[in-house]
Amino acid sequence: MKVTVDMTLCEDHGQCAIAAPNVFRINDDGKLEYDANPEERELTNVEEAADVCPVQAILIGD
Amino acid sequence: MTAVAVVGGSLAGLRTAEQLRASGHTGPITVYGEELHPPYNRPPLSKEVLADAQRATSAEMLDRLAFRRRSSTADVDFRLGTRVESADLSARTITLASGAVETWDGLVAATGLRPRRLRVEGPTQGRHILRTIDHCLTLRADLDRPRDVVVVGAGFIGCETACTLLKLGHRVTVVEPTGAPMNRVLGPALAEAVQAHHEDAGIRFVIGPGVTRFTGDQRVTGVQLDTGERLLADIVVESVGSVCNTEWLGGIAALDLSDGILTDNDLRVTGTDDVVAVGDIARFPNPLFDDVPRRVEHWNIPTETAKRAAATLVAGLQGRPPALPPFAPVPAFWSDQLDLRFQSFGSPGLADTVETVEGDLGDLTGGVLTRYTRDGRLVGSVAVNLSAARQRELRDEFVVMAPVG
Repeated sequence: MKVTVDMTLCEDHGQCAIAAPNVFRINDDGKLEYDANPEERELTNVEEAADVCPVQAILIGD
Repeated sequence: MTAVAVVGGSLAGLRTAEQLRASGHTGPITVYGEELHPPYNRPPLSKEVLADAQRATSAEMLDRLAFRRRSSTADVDFRLGTRVESADLSARTITLASGAVETWDGLVAATGLRPRRLRVEGPTQGRHILRTIDHCLTLRADLDRPRDVVVVGAGFIGCETACTLLKLGHRVTVVEPTGAPMNRVLGPALAEAVQAHHEDAGIRFVIGPGVTRFTGDQRVTGVQLDTGERLLADIVVESVGSVCNTEWLGGIAALDLSDGILTDNDLRVTGTDDVVAVGDIARFPNPLFDDVPRRVEHWNIPTETAKRAAATLVAGLQGRPPALPPFAPVPAFWSDQLDLRFQSFGSPGLADTVETVEGDLGDLTGGVLTRYTRDGRLVGSVAVNLSAARQRELRDEFVVMAPVG
C-alpha cells in the first residue's frame, strides 16, 4: 500500500502515530516520520490514522 | 435487504456510513444532511481557515476541508440540503421537510449541535457565530478592516477565535461570566495562566460580568455589561455553548432527550432496538470513568462512536447480539491558540484535584503538563506545548486502566 502525508498540511499532532505506530512516528524533534510503503496488514491501522488526523493530511493509495 | 437511514451529514454521519460498510452492512445507506455541503472538517474554521489571507471562496474552502470519500461508501446516497423533520420509530419512517416520508430498518441519529445564541436585545448586524463554512465566510467578510471585536464566551472555540482575530490585527476583548478562560476543563490555575499568557499578547479579558444588551441601531456598536461598563464593538462573536439538534425526535415518549440522546454503552438509543446515536449528541456511559452517561463534544468522538454504533446496528439488523467488549473510548482534543498547543486526553472536567506536574505555569510556552484526578484516580491530562512524541505515553495511561467494573 502507498501512504502519502501532505506535509503542507501536517501540523505534527501525532494522532497517526498512536493509531498506526508501525507506520508513523514522531521523532525526538517532535516531527512526523513515516513509512510510505507499509505492508498490507497495516491497512486497518493506516485507515484509522487517516481518520483521526486533525488536518486530514493522510492519503492512502494502492 | 435492510436499509439504514443516517440523519445528519457531518463527520459522525459520514464515519457511521463508512463503518456500516466495514461492519458488513451491504444494504442501502442514505445520509440526510441539512447543510448543502458534503461532510467537512470543522476545527480549522476558527483557526487556519478564518486566518486565511487568500480569502478562499466557499468552493475553495470546501475543497480543502471536505473529507475524502472511501470507495466503500461510493454507493451511499448523500441527500444534502435535506432536513429531517420527524421520525416515527414504530412505523420505521422519517419525514423530510418536503413532506416526503422515507422508510428504514435501522436509524442513526447524527444530527449534532448548533451554536446557542445570546438572548439579549439589540441590533443583529455584526453579530456572528462560528460552526459552519457559511458562518466562517460571513464573519470573514465582516473583517475587511481593523475591527473592535468582542467575543462572548471563553470556551475553546471562543478563545481560538479571539486568538485568530488578534493575529489578524483586530482589537479583541473576551467577555466571560463564569471565570478564567476554559476553566471548566482546565481548572482555575491553568486557566488563569492561559489568561495571563493571552493578555500579554494583547487580548483583553473581562471576567465576571454578564452581557445585558447590544447597543447600536442597524449594526452593533457596543456590548453593555451588567456592571454598567460598555465595551466598544463593531463585531460580536457569540461562543456560548451549543444546543442539541434533537427536535426531530421530540414527542417520542420512550426516548430520554434531556441532554442529547441517552444511549447504552453500545450506543443503542434507550427505549429502542434499531436506533443508534453517534457524535456530539450521544449520551453514553464510558467505563473508563464510571457508569454515568455523558455527552462528549470532542473531535475524536464522532469517529469512535461511529465504529461502535455501526457494529451495534449491524448486529441488530442481523438478529444477533453485538457481543463486544465494553466501549471505553479515550476522549481527546487539541487546541491551537497563539503560540500554545493544548493536547488533552481523558475528561479533565471530572476532576476533584488538579496538579501541574511538569513545567512552570508562568511559562506555558516552555511546556507544561497538568494531571487531573478524581478520588485519587487519573481522569484527565492536559499538555501545553509538549512534544507530540509524548502523546502516546499520555494516552496509554488511560488505555491500561480501562475498563473498570
